[in-house]
Amino acid sequence: MYKYFEPNKIFAITSKAPKYVLFLFVVVLTIGLTEALILSPEDYKQSDAVRIMYVHVPAAWISLGTFSSLALLSVGSFVFKNKNFALISKSLAPAGFIFNIIALVTGSIWGKPTWGTWWAWDARITSMLILALFYGMYLLAWRIYEEKEQVVKVTSMIAILGVINVPIIKYSVDWWNTLHQPPSISILSNNSIHVSMLIPLGIMTAAFALFSLLIFLMKYNTELIKIKNKGLDRL
Amino acid sequence: MINEIIMMNGYGSYVWSAFSFTLISFVTLYFVTKLQHSKEQKRFVAKFGSLNVEEAKVARLQNINREILSSTSKI
Repeated sequence: MYKYFEPNKIFAITSKAPKYVLFLFVVVLTIGLTEALILSPEDYKQSDAVRIMYVHVPAAWISLGTFSSLALLSVGSFVFKNKNFALISKSLAPAGFIFNIIALVTGSIWGKPTWGTWWAWDARITSMLILALFYGMYLLAWRIYEEKEQVVKVTSMIAILGVINVPIIKYSVDWWNTLHQPPSISILSNNSIHVSMLIPLGIMTAAFALFSLLIFLMKYNTELIKIKNKGLDRL
Repeated sequence: MINEIIMMNGYGSYVWSAFSFTLISFVTLYFVTKLQHSKEQKRFVAKFGSLNVEEAKVARLQNINREILSSTSKI
């Protein structure tokens, strides 16, 4: 099974995929923006301010999902000693970090008209900020450490430690009194969000996921070329 | 209609700034990543060009090197 994770085999696919993913992303984003900004209804309480949800929520979901993947891949690189897992994690992190920042900034913008403040040290906001710090440490570690073995160990530790924060973010609205409302979307129970808002939210999430995939593919290709550059030096 | 979309019942500045920030972040990240990618590709081509005939032959044996060179020629 591991032979499918060999960079030589993956590069043949990843080098060609970005242009198709970019095309698909532009199409889905255009539909998503039309739905989110024009076609979807306003909220009876929040009025048009609710439209911020269509960028805030998908960004938060993807940053959480990406960090969980980093932790899973880090465990994988420890257990299976597969260096490609570390390379995949490294390529996933920049998009995850940007989505984390988007979630924080758009959340702050949404907070002003709904709560009357740009920032509050509320459990969910604070735990999302902590996640951004973990992303920052993870990305910095790749820049600081030169030695391959050491950097894989350090970044894996950061990802595994940081993932403890993910369930805290998820359940912060249940465990503490926060300004955030309880979750409106659940896989196990009925959704409290109307389908006319759920559809644009789904489309925007798909668009954001495609963007994340696009950046991952471009970054992964860059990392492989970097490795091959070092290989040419050794010839 | 256009006025309604711009004003958004008085929430226009919040909604448009949130969407603008998101899109600007996307564009910036995309171009920074693309720039890093083409920089590495150019470095690879330059290094490959400096190899002697024997070294180039050895390097060409690897599929991935051939793939990188072919993708570079398409830029």
